[in-house]
Amino acid sequence: MTGFRLDKGGLIDRTTTLNFSFDGKVFTGFQGDTLASALIANNVHLMGRSFKYHRPRGVISAGSSEPNALVTLREGGRQEANTRATMVELYDGLAARSQNRWPSLNFDVGAVNSLASHMFVAGFYYKTFMWPKSFWEKIYEPLIRRAAGLGHASKEADPDKYEKAYAHCDLLIIGSGPTGLMAALTAARAGVRIILADESAALGGSLLNENEEIDSVSGLDWALAALSELRSLPNVTLMPRTTVFGWYDGNVFGAVERVNDHVAEPSPYEPRQRYTRIFARRAVMATGAEERPIVFGGNDVPGVMLASAMRTYANRYAAAAGKSIVVFTNNDSGKRTASDLRRAGVHVEAIIDSRKTAHLIVDVKGGKRVTGVELGNHRSIPCDAVAMSGGWSPIVNLMCHRGAKPLWNESIAGFVPPDVGSAFVAAGSAAGHMLLSECLADGARAGTMKGRVPAVPKCRDERFAVTPLWWVKESTGKAFVDYQNDATAKDLPLAAREGYRDIELAKRYTTAGMATDQGKLGNVNAIAILADATGRTMDQVGTTTFRPYYTPVSFGALAGPFVRHHFQPVRKTPLHDWAYELGATFVEAGLWMRSSWFPMDGEDWLAAATREVLATRSGVGICDVSTLGKIDVQGPDATEFLNRLYCNTFSTLAAGRARYGLMLREDGIVFDDGTTSRLAEDHFLMTTTTANAARVMAHMEFCHQAHWPDLDVQYVSVTEQWGQMAIAGPKARATLQKIVDDITLDDTSFPYLAARPVSILGGMQARLFRISFSGEHAYELAVPADYGSMVARAVMQAGQEFGITPYGVEALSIMRIEKGHVAGGELNGTTTAGDLGLGKMMSTKKDYVGRMMAQREGLQDPNRQCVVGIRPYDPKGKIRSGAHILNKGDAASMAADQGYISSVAWSPMLEMWVGLALVANGRSRHGEIVKLFDGIRNTLTYGVICDPVHYDRENIKLHA
Amino acid sequence: MLINCPHCGTRPIEEFTFNGDASPQRPQSQDMNAWYDYIYLRHNPKGRFDEYAHHSSGCRAWLVVTRDTQTHEVFAAVTAKDYARERGTP
Repeated sequence: MTGFRLDKGGLIDRTTTLNFSFDGKVFTGFQGDTLASALIANNVHLMGRSFKYHRPRGVISAGSSEPNALVTLREGGRQEANTRATMVELYDGLAARSQNRWPSLNFDVGAVNSLASHMFVAGFYYKTFMWPKSFWEKIYEPLIRRAAGLGHASKEADPDKYEKAYAHCDLLIIGSGPTGLMAALTAARAGVRIILADESAALGGSLLNENEEIDSVSGLDWALAALSELRSLPNVTLMPRTTVFGWYDGNVFGAVERVNDHVAEPSPYEPRQRYTRIFARRAVMATGAEERPIVFGGNDVPGVMLASAMRTYANRYAAAAGKSIVVFTNNDSGKRTASDLRRAGVHVEAIIDSRKTAHLIVDVKGGKRVTGVELGNHRSIPCDAVAMSGGWSPIVNLMCHRGAKPLWNESIAGFVPPDVGSAFVAAGSAAGHMLLSECLADGARAGTMKGRVPAVPKCRDERFAVTPLWWVKESTGKAFVDYQNDATAKDLPLAAREGYRDIELAKRYTTAGMATDQGKLGNVNAIAILADATGRTMDQVGTTTFRPYYTPVSFGALAGPFVRHHFQPVRKTPLHDWAYELGATFVEAGLWMRSSWFPMDGEDWLAAATREVLATRSGVGICDVSTLGKIDVQGPDATEFLNRLYCNTFSTLAAGRARYGLMLREDGIVFDDGTTSRLAEDHFLMTTTTANAARVMAHMEFCHQAHWPDLDVQYVSVTEQWGQMAIAGPKARATLQKIVDDITLDDTSFPYLAARPVSILGGMQARLFRISFSGEHAYELAVPADYGSMVARAVMQAGQEFGITPYGVEALSIMRIEKGHVAGGELNGTTTAGDLGLGKMMSTKKDYVGRMMAQREGLQDPNRQCVVGIRPYDPKGKIRSGAHILNKGDAASMAADQGYISSVAWSPMLEMWVGLALVANGRSRHGEIVKLFDGIRNTLTYGVICDPVHYDRENIKLHA
Repeated sequence: MLINCPHCGTRPIEEFTFNGDASPQRPQSQDMNAWYDYIYLRHNPKGRFDEYAHHSSGCRAWLVVTRDTQTHEVFAAVTAKDYARERGTP
């Protein structure tokens, strides 16, 4: 052996050399290395600094449980923090940086925290940063935020693409070790549709890491043959680099596939990661078992690692963790590591097996690298690496994601998975079956969907026996339970003494089991130490709650492609192009883009809207109202259906006429409003507010199907089938007259509230409604959606001689406030028909949704807040939405509150601010002077309550 | 979670919108107590539960889905129409 790369062996390609850097220093590795194995082969063990004490830390594991070797990869928008070096596949040009250190990994100022470690005991956050209270926001929190956290997220946008996918299978097998492969072979040979997923880049699980013998060949060769057979079968989907991170209702599994994490940049046609929801008829948890550390002094010095990890580095990556090794174990894993290392030519100085000697390791010597160990009998053994094994924990996480708790098994000294039914079963060492022969037999059983379980190949079993040793209490050095959070063995008894005996509380108090690794290595030791400190058994203490995600999942994968303009759809109205051509400013209303105002010559919104109102009220204006919900209702029972949906009556509406309707919720509160037109005896066209269009449709479907299934009625949303425009103002009739065919628009042939199909522009079938939201003599013209912009342009041309002006929703809103028409500010889910001044609409002659509950005493109270008009007392003054209304003599308090202003507008007609308000007993208070208190802007002014109709109370213009 | 829509077949839960307990029936009477119960009183059963689900991103049918509130196992899904006809008027 020269250096730390073994001369032969390993699943690395020595012909492909890869250059990479760590903290700016350049190294080489081979294809097949992980970042961790390549660093070990270069004798680099110091890979990070710990969270609290900034202690030097090296790699502990060879897999996804790694708590220490967390690095930041890549730069700019691709920068990714807290990446486990043990899971990073080496690629040429990889640049990794260490974290949580300043100014450098080798010399870290934060390490002085170690000297003050008495301050950082369990619960230190709660104890240290409590007083004085005023310090919290300005001093403690920024201080903690700067010092805490390991890596840093990039502030740039992620340039990569992510995908979401669905997959279905008869059998999902999670884990591709001996158990998973045997299950996959068994099921695949029987023709079952399977998915085999594994978090590693190479399938084969422990067979890639260990020296095993199956069917008279090496475990590795057996795995490779099995994989090549599986690859040849059409009913098999293999998913390497795929972490199944969660188990959800209905046997749905969440999985994230790292499609392109192993290259510097993804190809332009592939995602970086893909999040797949796997729907499995049945699933097998063949996730294996995790080796545990032992809690002893200095168990975190770089060079101390798990025994199985050390032999994985030697067997799979041909990387030696040291030149002279001490093994510390309480089970047979230690001996196995020693023999694998010796076979690879690494010197093993001593095996300290707690089952055979009382002289255990009490401290590890060395700061940034192990130099030796000290035993309880004061004997020192020089060495440069320590392999430790505290036993094995079945990886039970997935099976506990839906609430079931694992059970303690004394004979393997580990928690085993609960029985969660036949749709999801554990097999192999994940089920606590620690022998290879048991794994193969389990796999075959789990892979058999029906019929007889086939025979499994013969194999050589390694002995498995363990005698728990949790904590070397005689330790002289700091003994860590949870590496990532720097929780020590002494923290847990302290937490128990301070009353945090429950494992969930102890976790939060000591932070053991938190952060990116969620205690994969440390939790069982923590439970054992807490059990010991409180005189309870492992079962009595139990585990903390297992929740998804098994390992961290990136936001990118969860968001998938639904980012930026794909985040939500954009709805453009049929008149969008027309409005766009005229320079409209658009506003988002839900998903809709609505033309809001049409600025000219540098006008701001208020100047533009004011001009639009004046032009409409004096001449003619045109406005896009296509976003209103439109529902076509037909059938013999259409009338009855509408009668039951609306509080007012529709059976008396004549064909060819429109009527305003008010819809209540079943609890008696107003739900929605809009006009409904009767196009024929059994054919209606309803309109809804823009905001409630979808809700009203679902409400109708519910009422029909759940309450009145026998009504013979059909209805469908036609919102998107029609482009609709309001044409309003004294010259509206003259404008429209120029585009309609064969009809004279006078009060006889087309009176107020007429609603009929008309032919326009020489044969186009349209619908014309003489309805008004602005209070002007007005029409709404509906045309097939594809003609929307074209017809709007034609109307503009027709109205040119009258000075037609396009107006947007701002002008629309000003005009409706001038007219006292209620809208969203008043139809706000708390108001009744009576509150809105529409109480007379409620029929007493029929049943309808909301009828009974609207009669409740509380909804009839005359002191309820109802809609009034509001104006500033000083006509030059301003009023604002949201201001509270108080009696003139009262101070501002909720007890004295009389209501609030719901809508305001600058009225171009009255040349002052006007508004609508909800005021207690408001209808009898017209003329009263009140205080207007705006607590947000902290202003106090005076206003006058008035009739809600500010402009043209006599409706002269409407009927002009 | 999957729901077997009588019209569309087995569909993922994301296509559905839920609207709570299906067991209260809209009263035919003018008894205010019956109305208060219908509007506000809800049981919170552990176990089998009939629940309205709207196949809002599918066929738009309202369904009554029977599921276990503890395990979320879905036992059945019928149309609200059939459910209403089956139990008749209160």
